[in-house]
Amino acid sequence: MRRFSWFNATSLTLGFAFLYLPMILLVIYSFNESRLVTVWAGFSTKWYGELFRDQEFLDAAWVTVKVAVFSSTLATILGTMAAYVLVRAGRFLGRTLFSGMIYAPLVMPEVITGLSLLLLFIGIGLDRGVFTIVLAHTTFSMCYVSVVVSSRLSSFDRSLEEAALDLGCSAFEAFRLVTLPIIAPAVISGWLLAFTLSLDDLVIASFTTGPSATTLPIKIFSAVRLGVSPQINALSTILIAIVTIGVITTSIITKRASQAQARDEQAAIRAED
Amino acid sequence: MAQTVFAPWTDPQQKPLIEFRNVTKRFGEFTAIDTLSLDIYEREFFALLGPSGCGKTTMMRMLAGFETISDGEIWLGGQEIGSIPPNKRPVNMMFQSYALFPHLSIWENIAFGLKRESRDKDAIAARVEEMLRLTRLTKFAKRKPHQISGGQRQRVALARSLAKAPKLLLLDEPLGALDKKLREETQFELMDIQEKTGTTFVIVTHDQEEAMTVASRIAVMDEGRLVQVATPPVIYEQPNSVYVAGFLGDVTVLEGKARKAGDVYELDWAEGQPPLRCVSPLTLSNGQTGYVAVRPEKVEIHRNKPEDDNVLRGKVIDIGYLGNLSTYHVELGNGQIIKAQNFNTERDTRRSFTWEDEVWVNWTDRCGVLLEG
Repeated sequence: MRRFSWFNATSLTLGFAFLYLPMILLVIYSFNESRLVTVWAGFSTKWYGELFRDQEFLDAAWVTVKVAVFSSTLATILGTMAAYVLVRAGRFLGRTLFSGMIYAPLVMPEVITGLSLLLLFIGIGLDRGVFTIVLAHTTFSMCYVSVVVSSRLSSFDRSLEEAALDLGCSAFEAFRLVTLPIIAPAVISGWLLAFTLSLDDLVIASFTTGPSATTLPIKIFSAVRLGVSPQINALSTILIAIVTIGVITTSIITKRASQAQARDEQAAIRAED
Repeated sequence: MAQTVFAPWTDPQQKPLIEFRNVTKRFGEFTAIDTLSLDIYEREFFALLGPSGCGKTTMMRMLAGFETISDGEIWLGGQEIGSIPPNKRPVNMMFQSYALFPHLSIWENIAFGLKRESRDKDAIAARVEEMLRLTRLTKFAKRKPHQISGGQRQRVALARSLAKAPKLLLLDEPLGALDKKLREETQFELMDIQEKTGTTFVIVTHDQEEAMTVASRIAVMDEGRLVQVATPPVIYEQPNSVYVAGFLGDVTVLEGKARKAGDVYELDWAEGQPPLRCVSPLTLSNGQTGYVAVRPEKVEIHRNKPEDDNVLRGKVIDIGYLGNLSTYHVELGNGQIIKAQNFNTERDTRRSFTWEDEVWVNWTDRCGVLLEG
């Protein structure tokens, strides 16, 4: 039915080349023997070895992971709470204003978010370091979490919570035993989103960091200013691999779950006959 | 004989289980329930019937505790329940959407309410098994709600709401999601279970057949008020208003001026048509506007003029063939349509009447109901 068309083939090639050519080059050159990034001198994995011996990079990676875990967890808790209130509270005076204010940081330029946080931290005399980056990342990633969770909550059947109350739950028990398990996939994707956002944030982190805390993006950025080293290529390749594996795993899990559900429903239909 | 009839509402000694005392519910400007008083007795199967937006669901949600009362009081078993939160009331509800917890198995769904009040695992397991047996779900205990059929889900919802042995079970359109045949079977099942458990059931429905089948008494509601509260036969045969007559079943309503004529009333309803004779316990003054409501199955249809009351001449303009019976729409000379129903007692494909046939319809003076409004 579908015939080969030069137009389609060209569009596809151009599109994917545009998206992935830079990354492919980066990956290839990470296996370059030569110290010069643009000259190919044979295959080697030595830059990976050197990367893992470089204490500064390892420290930066550790700081980044710490920040990402703490900030995404905090953002998930706060974002879920905000989403819950906004979806559940019904109409109250200023509801539109509140929901607008939750989503505004999504479109706020990062430079401004970073600068305002920096001014706040200086103003209250908070020493800048890992803690301030965690606070800053929580601030901007919680709105992403709340967007993801509130879209799930708005399609959530309210009578499920009422049924839990009716069967003797307190409001908190109803949330813990019924609402949370059902919206868990949305909460988890919110957490993953916040985690990735924190992982690759450069602008806000550089505003709010102190001398003691250098995240990986900051480290890479400052290293690149002195010239691109093959080590950076190796590091980027590892990051690409982690992200790719993560995305593929998530989609496999989601697909398996929906297949299992379809199979169960088929079984149910057969059981009716 | 009289003692075996279940009719606590006729006994002044009986104390009602539920009392609505001048209950009003307002949503902003809108009054959903308007100073309503109602008594419901223990072991009753009570139906709240009405079109959507009449306030029947609000009544139920006030009983469950999901809506606050704006004015008045609701008493349950000798206790004012207005300030008691839903999780502390001896009331359980079966939701229209069933609201089964999708992440829990059938067994865990039924055990959910029991686990909230007791830690005794054996007692919980025994009770769950009992509910599974009652609703014939033992085979499906380990499945998740999306792995069973609609009818089975409905039974899980029922089992879950009955598990805590509530004083009162509320059913919100419980059979709305089932197809007609399953719905009819389930109605009888519900009645059986209600009888076995001895629980008081209050059901909300807009399906008049369902209310007629299951209920001991029906409250017909309209715009936040009770129009009539009575047993199904009384609601059907002695409606107190044109609204109730029209809401339950099919009916032809004729408007006219009432006039006392001996021990019956005569209703002058159209020029050139004979007055309609009707026996009635009501007292209407001469010339007062009245209505005669007559059910199609009480209207006879003839080819030749019969010697009887309320004989009207017309012609057949529509026939609805339902298998067991046929409905004829007979148009009179003045354009009024009278509905008549005949049972098809003989297996004969030839129908006795066909379109455009000139016919006579009549009903006796006891078959019509005289109404004031």
